[in-house]
Amino acid sequence: MSSPDGGSPGPSIYRHALPTRLGHWLAALCLLVLIMSGLQIFNAHPTLYWGDRSDPGHALFRLRALETPDGGTRGVTEILGHPIPTTGVLGASREAGPDLEARGFPSWATLPGEQWLAMGRRWHFFFAWIFVLNGLGFALWALLRGHAARDLWPTGQDVRGIARTVLDHLRFRHPTGEAARRYNVLQKLTYLAVIFGLAPLIIATGLAMSPTMDAVVPWLPRIFGGRQSARTVHFIACFAFVGFVLGHLFMVAVTGLFNNVRSMLTGWYRIEAEGGSDEAH
Amino acid sequence: MRRISRRQFGVGTLQLLGVSLLAGCDALSNSPSVASLLDRAEGLTRAVQRLFTSRRALAREFSEAERSPVFPTNGSTNPTEPEYQALAGSGFTKYRLEVGGLVDRPARLSLDELRGLPSRTQITRHDCVEGWSAIAQWKGARLQALLERVGPKPEARYVVFHCFDALSEGGDAYYESIDLDAATHEQTILAYEMNDRALPIEYGAPLRVRIERQLGYKMAKYIKRIELVARFDGIGGGKGGYWEDRGYEWYAGI
Repeated sequence: MSSPDGGSPGPSIYRHALPTRLGHWLAALCLLVLIMSGLQIFNAHPTLYWGDRSDPGHALFRLRALETPDGGTRGVTEILGHPIPTTGVLGASREAGPDLEARGFPSWATLPGEQWLAMGRRWHFFFAWIFVLNGLGFALWALLRGHAARDLWPTGQDVRGIARTVLDHLRFRHPTGEAARRYNVLQKLTYLAVIFGLAPLIIATGLAMSPTMDAVVPWLPRIFGGRQSARTVHFIACFAFVGFVLGHLFMVAVTGLFNNVRSMLTGWYRIEAEGGSDEAH
Repeated sequence: MRRISRRQFGVGTLQLLGVSLLAGCDALSNSPSVASLLDRAEGLTRAVQRLFTSRRALAREFSEAERSPVFPTNGSTNPTEPEYQALAGSGFTKYRLEVGGLVDRPARLSLDELRGLPSRTQITRHDCVEGWSAIAQWKGARLQALLERVGPKPEARYVVFHCFDALSEGGDAYYESIDLDAATHEQTILAYEMNDRALPIEYGAPLRVRIERQLGYKMAKYIKRIELVARFDGIGGGKGGYWEDRGYEWYAGI
């Protein structure tokens, strides 16, 4: 019997409990909507600052459209005042018609596609609630039922083997046999950092932009250096999520797409026999 | 086992595709039922923030040195309406703020009379829904003092600000509404001074409201008339404000 992934067949294990699978897919949906509606909101003022004020001329990052001498439009990304031409993608891109229009992120990256701040905010705040409730539910379950301590917290052996694991990743050598029953140390550290670091950070910086929240918890914007700093950190955290998702999808694909996706849908994960490798196919 | 898994794999793939389509599909944004579902989040946000917010909690106040060197202007910056232009031409000496609706003692107040009401000076951060923030000092009459003077009737629940300006030529006049909690908050003032000068025209002369725990669009400029009402669904587009009628949240706390 050949396995779908071409590796040596091995036993199946119940790897992902229902709360993990449910939390995973809800979070994936929320992230997609939150990132795209967030870019829509960002486009209303596509400039980032540090501190409490948005002083013109003190931008850290700015997407803008400039007129060309021949009456056309070009898009520019300014980082600390240094302009980088990004016509067609950032600063100026095509929405529906043939002409370049001034918009921070292009319409394919925003929800809704057209410039529509009010609707972007509705999508964002609705899915922000689902993201927060889902995250709280999952984190509580993981902490109380031992998932975090048992499956996510690195063991002493994990920590000692971290250099080895990094090397294995660089060579696309992935665990088989007994070792494949558990997350490897890089997975553990990444999932811990995302669930207990990045997610709370993006929620806190989001709340720090709320004028009502700032009256209730004045220390919240202060720990980030001000409301505009919180907005900047929120944006950076957003792209940290984008980076995580891209890296995650890459790893899912190279370590056995079918087996990985099946395990996140059904819970069941097939262990490759010792010595087998995904490189085989 | 594997057959089921494959089917489930297929279903999962379809779900993923569906989700991507869903996100890309702007038809959803145009559907009234989707919009009203998404709107529910506003009520939840408001309820939860209310739960944690003391009615008295103050917005942060800043030092003089922290004021913005340049305070952006947006919305109307010089209303073209003849009535407004005539008042501006006379330096607003003929301006009278009308206060009416569900009150015991309707009033018409000149700027001098407004200056005679208990006032408050505050250096606060203005947060625009677009994302920018600017800091300025504002001085004005406490709205609560004005309300005490006119005596709201028991059924009054909202304070509506009717403005001189329309954002587009011949378009709807700007208006806004807040509830009595926001109206009686210590920092809610009818500002007639900005950074120690008479309120300039581009920032809303002769009178604009400051509601420091909410977003900028709540803080109506060029106020012509204040009306106390039990409900606002009969005013303008019925959503409680110019931008609310265009899809923005009435509760502009986030």
